Amino acid sequence: MQSLVQSKNRRAHRGSLLAIEPMSAIDIKSLLQLARKMNPLKPSARLRGKRVLLLFYEPSTRTRTSFEIAAQALGASTTLVLSSGSSVEKGESLLDTAYTLRAVGSDAIVVRHPHSGAPQLMADHLDIPVINAGDGMHEHPTQALLDAYTILEHKKKIAGLEVTVVGDIYHSRVARSAIHLLSKLGAQITLCGPPELLPEVSATLAENLRITRSCEEALRGADVVMVLRMQRERLAGLKISLPDYIARYQMTLGRLRLAKPDVLLMHPGPIIRGLELTWEVADCAQSVIVEEVKNGVPVRMAVLAQALGTVN
Amino acid sequence: MSTKEHKPASLLIRGGRVIDPLARVDGLMDVLLRDGQVVELGPVGKVRGGAEENFDARGLIVAPGFIDLHVHLREPGQSYKETIASGTAAAASGGFTSVCCMPNTTPVLDSPEWVTWVRQPQRGAVVNVFPVAAATQASKGAVLTDFRALQRVGAVAVSDDGKPVLNETTMRDALRASAEINFPVIQHAEDTRITQNCSMNEGRASFRLGLRGMTIAAEAAIVDRDVQLAQQFNGARLHLAHVSTAEALKSVRRGKRNRARVTCEVTPHHFSLTDADIRGYDANFKMNPPLRSSEDRQALVEALSDGTVDAIASDHAPHALHEKIIEFERAAFGITGLETALGLAITVLHLRHQIPLERIIELFTSGPARVVDLRGRGALLRGSHADLTIFDPKKRWTFEAAKSRSKSHNTPFDGWQFTGKVVATIVSGKVIYRAA
Repeated sequence: MQSLVQSKNRRAHRGSLLAIEPMSAIDIKSLLQLARKMNPLKPSARLRGKRVLLLFYEPSTRTRTSFEIAAQALGASTTLVLSSGSSVEKGESLLDTAYTLRAVGSDAIVVRHPHSGAPQLMADHLDIPVINAGDGMHEHPTQALLDAYTILEHKKKIAGLEVTVVGDIYHSRVARSAIHLLSKLGAQITLCGPPELLPEVSATLAENLRITRSCEEALRGADVVMVLRMQRERLAGLKISLPDYIARYQMTLGRLRLAKPDVLLMHPGPIIRGLELTWEVADCAQSVIVEEVKNGVPVRMAVLAQALGTVN
Repeated sequence: MSTKEHKPASLLIRGGRVIDPLARVDGLMDVLLRDGQVVELGPVGKVRGGAEENFDARGLIVAPGFIDLHVHLREPGQSYKETIASGTAAAASGGFTSVCCMPNTTPVLDSPEWVTWVRQPQRGAVVNVFPVAAATQASKGAVLTDFRALQRVGAVAVSDDGKPVLNETTMRDALRASAEINFPVIQHAEDTRITQNCSMNEGRASFRLGLRGMTIAAEAAIVDRDVQLAQQFNGARLHLAHVSTAEALKSVRRGKRNRARVTCEVTPHHFSLTDADIRGYDANFKMNPPLRSSEDRQALVEALSDGTVDAIASDHAPHALHEKIIEFERAAFGITGLETALGLAITVLHLRHQIPLERIIELFTSGPARVVDLRGRGALLRGSHADLTIFDPKKRWTFEAAKSRSKSHNTPFDGWQFTGKVVATIVSGKVIYRAA
């Protein structure tokens, strides 16, 4: 039906990072390359005078702090606005909040929002870059980028890797972004979980995807295992028994042994020890969970540098 | 009633191709209208008697006035979205001479007083307005309204549109009452117990966008139940609003085969778009039922073609900007549709899917007239109401939402190029709309 539509002059979202899905492999690689040049320990003046506004409608520990630290490491100032304690509580609309933050002089807005598509709505109506720090069940693009960055610190390339994602894929914006990114870079991806959390339709999200219900089958020969958090707050109404989930899908040392010996064990955090993974797995030699958090800073530095147009 | 304005007592529409599916008329003819009625149809130049005014319809199609079974005019109580005056002005420019307005207003049209209020001349309607009254008090689904009293003051059907009649006993009672007084019950088929927090169709697109999806079963299960109920009461009349799934159509076909008095309508957006067309979380693509898969869309086209579907209805649902330019999941359901219905029908159904113009006209005229018993409308018989729609089936044009006559501009079709345009709309023998 697209042929019937007159080409509409859509704002180009210059500098915005809304999702991994529309990005090309080249875009992703160049952003990762830029991230490798970033040094969080060496302060830079690259974004001096720039104001980065962090607008968080949902709680966050690692994403929020690493964006703040990334912006400050580049010399930008940051202001944090939380939905609680702001005019959002008085019923101000998302766009009016966005216009207000633009008017006070923000140069870029980093937004986390419980509704899928909220960052896109802002980017459609603002003339400054919008960076998606997680929207509803849709995407969490900087998480996928930092995961790719972490994988590339340990493996030469992503193409050809066997990546297994275990857990609640349906509700996970982390999973959607990671799947798009890894698929674009040529990984073979296996998704594993019960049907309520991993519907068959998941396999249509990208290329190089397969689904299995057996954790053991999914793990055999994996180069990378990504465990997702059980989002208890989203499970209302689903017929999921936690003891049953733990029995079938919890990552244990025994299960992890089915993967390649040099497997990377990843988790976007926050982790719930004893639920989706055991205490021992979280801290095992193959675990790069803490590294992922650390790598969030250079990756977000690159994203901000690109958004604010200071890439040469 | 003030009828001081100039109203020609007679109008001769000359040289158009008259297509009247009910009368099985298709040919170049003159049509003479006098005193609000169709007086004569005859070969070009052969209609005698003359008229005070002439309308040159050469190159155009002259059809019975279009009837839209499903519009939201938003009065009483929601005039910031639409008024009866603005909504019927949009209807006129879309070629509709009669509209059936839904009762989910504030307050709900659940009493004879409010049904009467909607029909009062001071509302400023420029086309015929036939109210659909609520099926249950305040559309809460519990206690049936007084069908007989509502029918007496001019309601043409009952419905809790926007919400389903979920309770089976209530629906059974409604259909029983329907059979007693020959009054259609219109069902918005949605099992709302399984569509909470959903904002689009369940499928690939909803998964990709991270939005919760309404399943096909949420519509099909209610349609199936209601068709079965309708078969239990001899004479019960069930009309299914905005059918959107192949699965629901199967139940409709079964009901019709079993001679139950089951009818259904399909909207232009459901036969034109799919959930894959939802781009950029634009809430102008959000409506209920939602845009479905391409398989469902294809099934609707087939059902429109083969006679399963009785009417094309717009489900014109105007909303203000602040209800639409917000997060997709928080946005109101519904889009405007009166002014794009014919363009979509010709462009998509006729040109793309080869459905004959005669069948399309039937879906806009005698089909809907039969669903709610609009006597003397939907056909150009001698003595019929002089309601006509004149359109150019070949005219290409671009729809601009900003120029809509509706108070609201929430449409996914802004900037679309259509073939087929309304040239004039005639109600009771009077040209109430003429394209610039």
